[in-house]
Amino acid sequence: MNRVEGKRPALSRGAALRHDIRKNAASYLLMAPYYTVFFFFTVLPVLMSVYLSFNYFNMLEAPRWIGWGNYIKLLLEDDIFIISLRNTLIFAVVTGPVSYMLCLLFAWIINEFRPKVRALLTLVFYAPSICGNAYMVWNLILTGDRYGYLNGILMRVGLINEAVLWMQTEKYVMPVLIVVQLWLSLGTGFLSFIAGLQTVDKSMYEAAAIDGVRNRWQELWFVTLPAMKPQLLFGAVMQITQSFAVADISINLAGNPSVNYSGATIVTHLLDYGSTRLDMGYASAIATILFLLMVGTNKLVQKVLRRVGE
Amino acid sequence: MAPNVKAQTAAPLPPKIVKLQKKMARASGPKKKLNRSRAGNALLFIVMGICGVFMALPLVMIVNNALKPLDEIYQFPPRIFVRNPTLSNFSDLFVLMNESWVPFSRYVFNTLIITLGGMAGHVIIASMAAYPLAKNKFPGKKLLFSLVVLSLMFSWTVTEIPKYLIISWLGINNTYAALILPAWGFGMGLYLMKQFMEQLPDSLMESARLQGASEWQIFWRIVMPNVRPAWLTLAIFQFQQMWGTTGGIYLRSEELKPLQYSLQQITTGGISRAGAGAAVTFIIAAVPIIFFLVCQSSILETMTTSGMKE
Repeated sequence: MNRVEGKRPALSRGAALRHDIRKNAASYLLMAPYYTVFFFFTVLPVLMSVYLSFNYFNMLEAPRWIGWGNYIKLLLEDDIFIISLRNTLIFAVVTGPVSYMLCLLFAWIINEFRPKVRALLTLVFYAPSICGNAYMVWNLILTGDRYGYLNGILMRVGLINEAVLWMQTEKYVMPVLIVVQLWLSLGTGFLSFIAGLQTVDKSMYEAAAIDGVRNRWQELWFVTLPAMKPQLLFGAVMQITQSFAVADISINLAGNPSVNYSGATIVTHLLDYGSTRLDMGYASAIATILFLLMVGTNKLVQKVLRRVGE
Repeated sequence: MAPNVKAQTAAPLPPKIVKLQKKMARASGPKKKLNRSRAGNALLFIVMGICGVFMALPLVMIVNNALKPLDEIYQFPPRIFVRNPTLSNFSDLFVLMNESWVPFSRYVFNTLIITLGGMAGHVIIASMAAYPLAKNKFPGKKLLFSLVVLSLMFSWTVTEIPKYLIISWLGINNTYAALILPAWGFGMGLYLMKQFMEQLPDSLMESARLQGASEWQIFWRIVMPNVRPAWLTLAIFQFQQMWGTTGGIYLRSEELKPLQYSLQQITTGGISRAGAGAAVTFIIAAVPIIFFLVCQSSILETMTTSGMKE
C-alpha cells in the first residue's frame, strides 16, 4: 500500500478516501439539502415499507413479525396475484415499448414546427395528462348502451347489432384498457424528449449531411438519437415505472375488482389489500415484488438503449 | 415550416444568454435542412390532425361543459358541444365561494404557497444535487445516484403510511411543510436534471474553474442557464403535481387547506352543484395549462446549449 504510483505521494486507502472527500467538499455541500429531504421522505419510508412486508400490519394494532409469510402467501397461494401479474406483464410488454416510441415519434414531429405552433401542439398532445378528466371522456365513449359513442358508431356502420357492455365483458376489458393507456402515454417521457430535442447541437446536422446522411430516418438514428441518449434513458425509466404501475385507468373504467379480475394489475391488487382490506404488510410485500420486477426490467432496457446509433 | 433560427433571434433575451448566442452564431453557419416529399408532408398532416382531435377531446370537453346550462349537463344522450353557452356556472360558483366559512382568498393564498414553494424549492435543490452527480467525480457518487433511480420504482401507495409517521415524528404535521418538504425530495427531478447536465461539455466548467469561479458560481451562472429546457420542463411537472394536492391527511386546519380542497367541497353538493362543478373543473385545469403554455413556449424560444458543444 505504500508503493508510489506515478507522481502521487503515497497514501493509505483510508487517507486517500478522506483526501478525496475533502477535495470534493463543495460537491457534497451542493448535494446536502436535496439528499437530506430525500432521505427522510423517500428513502426512509421505502425502508420502513420493506420492513413492514415481513409483518402482519392492519394499521390498528402494532406490526407483528411473520417472516416470509406474506411472500409465501403471495407467490404460492394467491391466484389473483398471478392474474394481475400476467396483466401487468401484458401492459409492460405491449404498452411500454409502444408508448415509448409514440412519445419519441410525436416529440420528433412536433419539434419541426414554429415555436408558437409547437407549444400549442405540445399542449394538445399532452392534454390527456394535464386535464385530469380523462376517465370522464372514456366513460362517455364506452357507455354500455346504444348512446355510448363507440356503440353508436359501430351500430351505425353495422358492425354490431346490439350495444356491447364494454367494461363488463371479460374479453374486451384488457384490449380497451391498452388503448386508453396508449392514449394517455404522451406524458413525462414526451415532455422530456421535447426538451431534449432542443439541446441537440444544430451544427451536428450539417456535419452529418456532409458525411452522407441521406434522409430523415438516418438523421434520426445516427445524429438525433445518440445526441439525446441521456433523455432516452430517463424516458425509459419513466416508461417502466408507468407501465408496471397501471392502476388508475383500470379502477376508474373497469372497477376494482373488475369483472372476474380481467382488468386486475399488480397495483390494483396492492390497492385492494392496502386500502380496502387494510393489510399493509401484504400490500408492502406486493410493492417489494413489483419493485424487483421493475429493477430487473430497467437493467435489461438500459442495456438495449446503450446500443442506439450503432 | 420556418427555420428555427429566425425565432431564436426574434425573441427578447437576457444579456447573459445573448452573449452565449453570439458565441453560438459563430459556431453554426447557415442552416441546411433535409426535406420531406410533398406526399409525405400531406400524410403527416392528416395523421397529426386525426390524432390531435382525439388527444384534444379532454380540452374540448372541459371548455364545453363549463359553458353548458344545467339542462344540457344532464341531457341524455350526452353531447360534447354546448348549444346555448352561458356563464351562469361561473356566477353560481362565485356565489358559493362567498359563502365559504374561511375567506376564499385564504385558500388561494395556501395553494400559492404550497404550489410555488414545492415547485421552486424542488427545482433548485434537485438541480444543485444533480450538477455534481453529472459532472464531478467523488466517492459515493454511483450509490447516491442509483438510490434516486431505484426510489422511482417503489410504489408510493405503500410508502404513504411510513411517510405520515415520519412527518408526525418531525412535528411538521398540519403545517405547509408537511406538503412542501416531501415534494423537495422527489426522485424524478434530480434524475431529469442530471441527464440534461451530463450533455454539457466539460470544457464549459473547466474554463470557468480556471477563471477562479466557485462550484456554486459554476452551477448558478453556467450550468443552470444552459439547461433551461430541463428545469422549465421540471417546473411544469412539479407545478402540476403540487397544484393537484388537496392536503389529504396532512392538513387538518381549515385555514391551511388549499384551493383544490375547497373546490372539491363545492362539487360534493350533488346534482344542483353540477354547474358550479363544471366551472370548478375548468378552473382547476386552466391554471396548470396556462403555466404549461408559458413554460413550454419559453423552452422553445431558447436554445443556448446548441453551438456550445465541441
